[in-house]
This record gives sequence, structure tokens and C-alpha cells, in this order.
Amino acid sequence: MTASHAEEPTRRDFLYIATGAMGAVGAGALAWPFIDQLNPDTSVKALASIEVDISSVAEGAAITVTWRGKPVFIRHRTAEEIAAAEAVDLKELRDPQMDKDRVQKPEWLIMVGVCTHLGCVPLGQKGEYGGWFCPCHGSQYDTSGRIRKGPAPQNLAIPDYVFVTDNRVKIG
Amino acid sequence: MSGHSEFQPTSAPAKWLERRLPILSLLHGAAVAFPTPKNLNYWWTFGGILMFCLGVQILTGIILAMHFTPHVDMAFSSVEHIMRDVNYGWLIRYIHSNGASMFFIAVYIHMFRGLYYGSYKEPRELIWILGVVIYLLMMAAAFFGYVIVWGQMSFWGATVITNLFGAIPVVGDGLLSLLWGGFSVDNPTLNRFFSLHYLVPFLIAGLVILHIWALHVPGNNNPLGIDVKGPQDTVTFHPYYTVKDTFAVVMFMLFFAFFVFYMPNALGDPDNYIEANRLSTPAHIVPEWYLLPYYAILRSIPDKLFGVGAMGLAIVTLFLIPWLDTSRVRSARFRPLYKQFFWLFVIDAVVLGYIGAKPPEGMYLIIGRLATAYYFFHFYIILPVLGLVETPKPLPESISKSVLDKSAAGKPA
Ligand code: HEM
Ligand code: FES
Repeated sequence: MTASHAEEPTRRDFLYIATGAMGAVGAGALAWPFIDQLNPDTSVKALASIEVDISSVAEGAAITVTWRGKPVFIRHRTAEEIAAAEAVDLKELRDPQMDKDRVQKPEWLIMVGVCTHLGCVPLGQKGEYGGWFCPCHGSQYDTSGRIRKGPAPQNLAIPDYVFVTDNRVKIG
Repeated sequence: MSGHSEFQPTSAPAKWLERRLPILSLLHGAAVAFPTPKNLNYWWTFGGILMFCLGVQILTGIILAMHFTPHVDMAFSSVEHIMRDVNYGWLIRYIHSNGASMFFIAVYIHMFRGLYYGSYKEPRELIWILGVVIYLLMMAAAFFGYVIVWGQMSFWGATVITNLFGAIPVVGDGLLSLLWGGFSVDNPTLNRFFSLHYLVPFLIAGLVILHIWALHVPGNNNPLGIDVKGPQDTVTFHPYYTVKDTFAVVMFMLFFAFFVFYMPNALGDPDNYIEANRLSTPAHIVPEWYLLPYYAILRSIPDKLFGVGAMGLAIVTLFLIPWLDTSRVRSARFRPLYKQFFWLFVIDAVVLGYIGAKPPEGMYLIIGRLATAYYFFHFYIILPVLGLVETPKPLPESISKSVLDKSAAGKPA
């Protein structure tokens, strides 16, 4: 390398940068398969929907089913619970959402039973709001599964579901 | 590392080797002839104890891996198989599971030693930073190990800890799915955690080499915190410190063995003897004791993002200590105010650990918040300000003078 190097970019500089850029693109492209293999694979994704018979769930009772490795609460709400959920003023809510936007049929509350804080399973019919209470760090949800108190930022999530018949629901 | 050795191999095979790979002189310079301050106390033996711990974990871990099955349906029962069927499996597993706790006891003592004697200060900043990286990797290794047992605490600990990454804005959800390989903690998670659990200790071993390499450039700090001024201040590493370290390791083994043989489950959680159940979270979930202070910080803030952020900052802060402490005097022996704040910080860390194990309500929540605030107050306010306002005591002239004065006064050096 001589003094001329400092002046005009040379053919050599061009080749150097072009080679480096190609190398970086190639390394990036090669890195992707090594990262993407960590993502859910096709066999995991294939299990993505389930059908549940809810005829045996009496009013005031609930069942928990597993969907995509997560618990899903299916709760047959009582009239009081529905009334309590509908009466809440949206201004009181951290993650404002009307009860009617969280259910397809008011008596059936179907939600992913995973606390939106750090993923524990909340306990049903516990806590100050008569809904769910998370034992891990104390988040409290109301009878609509909306977050009312504690560290969780969001309401319990509502999965995609359809009522196939009155007694069967398909989740996912 | 080398450069302290006039090592000349005498035997023919040694000469043959040395000419082709000068490893004997390297080791001689690092572990035999290395000039070491003559006043090191027993707090300096924990580096050797930590190397012993790493060796124990790797040896027992490789053996456990021969009998362990990383699958959600079999992991838990294969651990029970190790406990009941494998010859001495109970012993090897108890050494490994208690070994993780022993490792953390040693590393906490080692780190507090560094804080007390100012070992992180110029010119040893990088040694400290490499140490904090090792500490982070230890937490990762211990976490992965705890998860692969696939008990209730494994599963729910894994769920809560991985969800911490989900709190990161924008990339959080994508990151979670990369960590889990599914929609929740499941078989793919167990498999990759086992792979990483096997890997991380060897990364630690590599970092330990860098840590010691960086240490051997300026040499050891010492209880007086003053520089070595010449050969009269040092002794050779062997036999003086090889013997002292060996003695300390043997004492540590006694302590270790006491747990392994008399209270092997005292440091663990009984819920982890229940197989993982994804539909039911145990009523009281807590991490292993060595992570409790961070858990307390996480829970003291009633907001997901800020809670996770505070916990992250509590760890990142450790990297910044060399620059947060503005005092040029290293050893707390000559810093009357810092010495008191050091002990207050130790108490604060213990309080955080205690709170981390309690439910986050009532008094526990209030104390947890105060202790969290004090943690940051110590590092970001007290450390920088103290260096400016404190008048240190006069430093001794040299290590050898201080040692000789003490022995003239009839005290142990
Ligand atoms: C930094 C070093 C290491 C630490 C801190 C560590 C920590 C742990 C912990 C806390 C457990 C759970 C213990 C229990 O509750 O049963 C564990 C389990 C396990 N570890 Fe490690 N480990 C280390 C190195 C290794 C290595 C190098 C291997 C393999 C080569 C290994 C293989 C295993 C296996 C197979 C298990 C599951 C069986 C059991 O429960 O004991 N570990 N480890
Ligand atoms: S996981 Fe539910 S409150 Fe933290």
C-alpha cells in the first residue's frame, strides 16, 4: 500500500467492498435456516385445532382443555357473572374491552388460560373480582377474564373458535 | 500468561514436546512460577474452588447425560431411574444438583470479595466483565439444567422465565416462538434446553481461560488493594498458593458433602418431584435460591415491561460497576464509608433473596420495593458520590512492609 491509497478509490477497493458485501449477504442467507429451525415445526403446527363437546358443562362449571399445549378455559357463566361482567365501566379497565366483544354466546366464556403476565395458569372463581386469580404474581381477572389488578398487561386472550353445533365447539 | 518463567525442560520427552508446543512453559509460568502477592487471604481461594465446581458439574453431568432421556414423556422418569436403578445414580445426581448450589455459593462469595477489595478497578475491569459474563452463563446453565428434569417447578419456571423475553416490545412474540419451538414450553423446548445445557459449561470453561489470562496481565489484587512494587511483595504460586487453594477446596468439599449426604433436597423445591403438568400451576412458584434476588426485583414492580426491565437492569448494572465507582482506592479497608455501605448492600441482597421466596403481598411487597430501590441507589448514587466525598485512610507503603509490621506486632500476616 502506497500513498496513492488515500486519494481515488481504486479497483482494489471496489473489489474489496463488493466481495465483503457478497460475503455478508451469503452469511445472512445461510444463517436463516439455522435460526428458522428453532421455530415451530410442521408437526407442531398440524395440531393447531381441536373440537370439544360442551354438553356436560353445567351452568356455573368450567372445563379446561389443552390446545396447542396451552390450557383453554371453557366456562358456562351464571346470569350473575354475565351481569357483573356487562356492568363494568370501561374506564375502570386497563385493557378496555366490552364483555360482548369477548364472547359469541354470553353464557360461554372461552379463553386461553394463560396469564398475560408471565404465562402461569390462573385459578378460577378466585380473587377480588370473582373471576380468575394468578398464583404466580397476583394478577386478578374479572368474570369476563379482563385484567383488573396486578402486573399482567392484557385481558386473557380469546382464541379463534366456532360453535359447530350448539354442543360442540371447534377451537383454532 | 507466560513471561514469568525461566522454565527449562530437562527430560527428553519434555524437551521434544516443548520445542513443538511450548505448553509446559506456559503452564509453569501460569501455575508454578507466577508471582502472587504474599498477603492473599482465604477469600482469594474461591477462584480455585470455582474451578473445582465447574469440573465437578462437567464430570457428573456427562455421566447423568448417559442415563437421561430428553423427552417430555420420559425425562422425569429417567431422572427417577437415575435415582433408583443406576448404580450410584443417586450420588451422582445429588452431587450435580447440589453442585449447582455450591457453585453459586462460591461465585457469590467470589463476587462480594471483588466488591469489597475493589478488584474490578483499573487495570482489572475486563477481568470483572469476563466474570460477569461467566456468572450470566452459569445462570443460564443452571436454568436449563433445572428445566430438563421436567418436574412442576421445571415446567413453570421455564414458562415464567421464557415469558420474560415476551415482554420485549416488537420482537417479543417472535423471540418466544424461537425459544419454545412451539406455542408453549413443550418437547422441542426440552430438547433444545438439553442441548444448551450440555454446551454452556464448555463455553464457561473457555471464558474461564480468558478470565485467568486477563488476570495474569496485571496479576492478583490483594487485601490492601495496593500495587505489587517488586519481588519482595510476592511469592511463587506454587507451592504457596497451590497448597492454600487445595486446603480450601478440601474444606469446601466437606461442606459440599454435608449437603449431598445429609440434606440433599434442602436447597431444592419439593414440587419438582411432581411431574410437569401444563394445566396446573403450583400455588407458590419460586426459582432456585440463587435467582431469588432478581425475582424479587421483577415482582416488586407491578408492570410487565418495567418489571422485566428493572430485572434486566439489575444484571446489566454489574457490568458498569468499574465505572460507577469513582474512588481510586481499591480496598474497603481504607475506605471507612464504603466499608459500611458494602455491608448494607450485602444485607440488601440477602433481603431481596428472602423477599423473592415470599408471596408478593402486604409487608413483603413494601419491603421488596424498598430493597429494590436501594439496590439501584447503591450502584447509581452511593458508589459514584462516595468516591468524591470520602476521605480514605492512608495507604501502606508496600505489601511487604505491611506484612512485616503485622508479624512484628505478633499478629498473623
Ligand atoms: C456450569 C455447569 C453446570 C450447572 C450449573 C448445572 C446445573 C444443573 C442443575 C441445577 C440441574 C437440575 C438438578 C436437579 O434438580 O436434578 C442439572 C441437571 C442435569 N444436568 Fe447439569 N449443570 C452443569 C453442567 C452439566 C454438564 C456439563 C452436563 C452434561 C454434559 C450436565 C447434564 C445434566 C443432566 C443430564 C441433568 C438432568 C438430570 C438430573 O436431574 O440430575 N450438566 N444441571
Ligand atoms: S404469571 Fe400471572 S401474575 Fe405473573
